[in-house]
Amino acid sequence: MYATNYHRASSVEDAVKLASSNDEAKYLSGGQTLLPTMKQRLAAPSDLVDLRHVSEMKGISVNGGKIRIGAATTHAEVANSAEIARACPALAHLAAHIGDPHVRHMGTIGGSIANNDPAADYPAGLLALGATIVTNTRSIAADDFFTGMFETALEDGELIVAVEITAPAKCGYAKFPNPASRYALTGVFVARQGDGSVRVAVTGAGSDGVFRQADMEQALASNFSAGALDGVTVDDSDLMADIHASSAYRANLVKVMAKRAVAAAG
Amino acid sequence: MGMEGIGARVARKEDKRFITGKGKYTDDMVVPGMKQAHFVRSPHAHAKIVSIDTSAAEKMPGVIGILNGAQLSEDAIGNIICGWMIHSKDGSPMNMGVWRPLAQDTVRYVGDAIAIVVADTKAQARDAAEAVVIEYETLPVVTSAVDALKDGAPQLHANAPGNLIYDWEIGDAAATDAAIAAAAHVTEMKIINNRLVPNPMEPRAALGVYDEGEDHYTLWTTSQNPHVARLVLSAFYNVAPENKLRVIAPDVGGGFGSKIYIYPEEIVCLWASKRTGVPVKWNCDRTEAFLTDAHGRDHVSTVKMAFDANNRITGFKVDTIANLGAYMSLFSSSVPTYLYATLLSGQYNIPAIHANVRTVYTNTVPVDAYRGAGRPEATYLLERTMETAARELGVTPAELRRTNFIREFPHQTPVIMCYDAGDYEASLSAAMKASDYDGFPARKAEAKSRGKLRGIGMSCYIEACGIAPSAAVGSLGAGVGLWESAEVRVNAVGTVEVLTGSHSHGQGHETTFAQLVAGRFGVGIDSVSIVHGDTDKVQMGMGTYGSRSGAVGMSAVVKALDKVEAKAKKIAAHLMEADESDIVIENGELKVAGTDKSVPWFQMALAAYTAHNLPEGMEPGLKEGAFYDPSNFTFPAGCYICEVEVDPDTGKTEIVQFVAADDFGKIINPMIVEGQVHGGLAQGIGQALLEGAHYDPDSGQLLTASYMDYTMPRADDLPSFQVSTTETVCPSNPLGIKGCGEAGAIGSPPALINAITDAIGNNDLTMPATSQRVWAALASAR
Ligand SMILES: Cc1cc2nc3c(=O)[nH]c(=O)nc-3n(C[C@H](O)[C@H](O)[C@H](O)COP(=O)(O)OP(=O)(O)OC[C@H]3O[C@@H](n4cnc5c(N)ncnc54)[C@H](O)[C@@H]3O)c2cc1C
Repeated sequence: MYATNYHRASSVEDAVKLASSNDEAKYLSGGQTLLPTMKQRLAAPSDLVDLRHVSEMKGISVNGGKIRIGAATTHAEVANSAEIARACPALAHLAAHIGDPHVRHMGTIGGSIANNDPAADYPAGLLALGATIVTNTRSIAADDFFTGMFETALEDGELIVAVEITAPAKCGYAKFPNPASRYALTGVFVARQGDGSVRVAVTGAGSDGVFRQADMEQALASNFSAGALDGVTVDDSDLMADIHASSAYRANLVKVMAKRAVAAAG
Repeated sequence: MGMEGIGARVARKEDKRFITGKGKYTDDMVVPGMKQAHFVRSPHAHAKIVSIDTSAAEKMPGVIGILNGAQLSEDAIGNIICGWMIHSKDGSPMNMGVWRPLAQDTVRYVGDAIAIVVADTKAQARDAAEAVVIEYETLPVVTSAVDALKDGAPQLHANAPGNLIYDWEIGDAAATDAAIAAAAHVTEMKIINNRLVPNPMEPRAALGVYDEGEDHYTLWTTSQNPHVARLVLSAFYNVAPENKLRVIAPDVGGGFGSKIYIYPEEIVCLWASKRTGVPVKWNCDRTEAFLTDAHGRDHVSTVKMAFDANNRITGFKVDTIANLGAYMSLFSSSVPTYLYATLLSGQYNIPAIHANVRTVYTNTVPVDAYRGAGRPEATYLLERTMETAARELGVTPAELRRTNFIREFPHQTPVIMCYDAGDYEASLSAAMKASDYDGFPARKAEAKSRGKLRGIGMSCYIEACGIAPSAAVGSLGAGVGLWESAEVRVNAVGTVEVLTGSHSHGQGHETTFAQLVAGRFGVGIDSVSIVHGDTDKVQMGMGTYGSRSGAVGMSAVVKALDKVEAKAKKIAAHLMEADESDIVIENGELKVAGTDKSVPWFQMALAAYTAHNLPEGMEPGLKEGAFYDPSNFTFPAGCYICEVEVDPDTGKTEIVQFVAADDFGKIINPMIVEGQVHGGLAQGIGQALLEGAHYDPDSGQLLTASYMDYTMPRADDLPSFQVSTTETVCPSNPLGIKGCGEAGAIGSPPALINAITDAIGNNDLTMPATSQRVWAALASAR
């Protein structure tokens, strides 16, 4: 790690101000991605602005189907929240299967989506749920937020404050973990809204990050059952291939995990 | 036996300090004036070094010195050597390429050390290392041993044409070929043994201290064998003569073989301490460990096994290509030869065996012994082939093995080894019973009803521990003897210190060695201290690897204890005016048999040191030493049975049952033995299911250089093991023990792969059997 300056922000305004006062500053949330990267000297921020003590960015509220999760809320808090378990059980399940207990007690939802790792779990959840990402300046629809591998719609210095979700009628998440890192080798989140529309988001498999599976959405909109996916073929030409999995294997996993997610949604 | 003696399930004495974080490891050592080192390493797998410019780096804050290969040569520091000479079948000696501790002209793998930076802090050393400017001219790369042998492959060392290190053979080629020609059935297979990264919990570290006043060097290092390190550092690397060099291996957090060898960093830290005038500390990080610790395995083999009409094996022919990496590490040459091909008879009566082994240079980190060292590779060939042959011949795997078991001992195999004792039927029966082998079809049917594919596989392994005797290994090319030393010091108050040339880095010597003394003299194990790992305390020793500490190290202790006991009895007899042949030692007392006369142990010890009343002519004191050179290897053996369920949708394997029945001879501490078996099984299962080092074939970059990509087995990958033992006493050493440190890693991979291939109905499956590979094998079998 290179030397860096540490700042503890007390409010959203304070955080944005601290970050903007230096070109090379970075927000520090759970540190579960940023700190290992700094230790490997692959990132060298001059200043770190710690978000974990900004109270407006923490905590979970559920109000008549409107869910709001502060950006600095840890995975463990989401996983263990009785309100989330009721309103959006698959999201609690997703959070409970991120990394290991250490990671879940440090890592945060804001850090995870800001980073938009192509194998991270939350991007699939938020995309399938049609979430809204609230920043210090605007609200961004999930469809517009995740723009590619490690890429988001965030401007320089823009701060994610919270994530807003409308509770779905049904939802399910199924993840096949990478045996080494335990990130998603493929993860599929399925959400069915009250109006019968269905969104299916896939993480871990796409060669350009999280994506929606249109054929599956269509099939499930007319018949929300695992069997409805039998006829869907997953094209592997846009899927990732690496030492852990070929694109053909990932294509298979997309289908298997989608069926399991639908089964879990009930 | 007693409460703490041989066979007692005593809790490990050393664990308190380990699990409370009070262990003292090399990186915990602090000496006055100590500075920190960072190595400049090659980012290329193969390149010429055109120039090294350290001028900017030298001006960086905190920098004390930057040294490279040119200075190393000025001081005539020697080349790193391989200490076991192997001759090719044409009689020519192996082609050992030059390995400089700091590469001077050419780098040959990613991570090859080029320079050392010494600075006030670690961060400063690393900053300055980044400022060293090296101009390279990159060369073509080869990472696979098979490719390296091909015409036109990039060449690594001028003295090794075609990258061939040696082309060696063992056994009778003509007899084996004749057996194959005349066979009723031949089973043929191509088998890959995947390359592994050892991953001990503690990364390597070194602290070199040169004392100018005394002209004396001290090296703290993460070593499994500090005396061998001292020997090599003085005799070959020319750092310092033995009497001016102290090597200390304090607590060491695991080694699995990777800490046997003397690496460039240790040599360079010690030498740099004199060059820079400050003590030099180096501690590697995990990715550095992935890049520079010697890897294990990496064989490609073809086998042919011949059977007669009665399913008896008549011949076994093996052709192996072994990847030794960019340079020959300390014992690398012996692993795919005498530690491997000599075990190709397994538990079976095989009249003719022939193995040909070619070892090869590639642009990868050196490969050397890793838990099991050669024996897992041999066992994997044999036990995959036996299971496959059983399927082809339409007999049960157990039946085929029983038809071929060796049942009379001693048994001379066609490949050097003479097995002294064993009962293979006993371990096979025990494992089959424990696994309810006969109930498998019902379990398979039940799994099918849940949509799972269930399979069962077995492995009957043999291994050779306590590599010996010295004269024999010397005749096979070893550069050292493989005896062990011990010294037993009884203090004036009766407490005991045992000095051993073995080294404990997780094995529990502080407990098991103390149990020997406790059982013998009736003193509590807390009154016995084990001293090891310091060349100033223990005169000489060969260290710990190859499961030798029990069979060889403890045997030396027993010899020393015999001498102590004899003198103690003389003293006691004298004190009680009895005949020494009537003295027995019981419950901490020396008694005159058949009388109520006794002297407490401590009182006898005090008498030895006060020397007021000793037998005529006896020297005062009570301290004895011994060297023990074994008469043979020991031959642990056993049977492992694994049961798996495969999810056909994803290819994911779950191990639902794993049974081990091992014959380790006499057991000193069953709890420690079980721990060794559990750890070995975890490593073997890791190899079979999860682990594998991948180099990019074009760039030679290690793609699995962290835990994000290299899959270490975790608790949730493993079942709860059912382990048990059978016992045939080893006739070749005084305690009758065989060794247990490697068995789990040796026997388990074939059992697991046999189970998975049984489940999926496709025998074509390479380790590690990742979900993707199993899924693909299932798809191609459909
Ligand atoms: C061993 C391990 C296993 C893991 N396994 C998984 C897994 O299975 N699945 C998974 O999804 N993830 C996994 N992760 C990642 C983990 O979930 C992290 O929480 C996540 O990647 C980053 O979140 P963080 O809060 O730690 O962010 P940090 O590391 O602090 O920050 C990450 C990036 O986001 C930026 N940032 C942080 N907060 C904000 C904000 N509010 N607004 C704008 N930018 C911001 C930072 O500047 C930085 O660039 C794993 C991590 C580790 C170390």
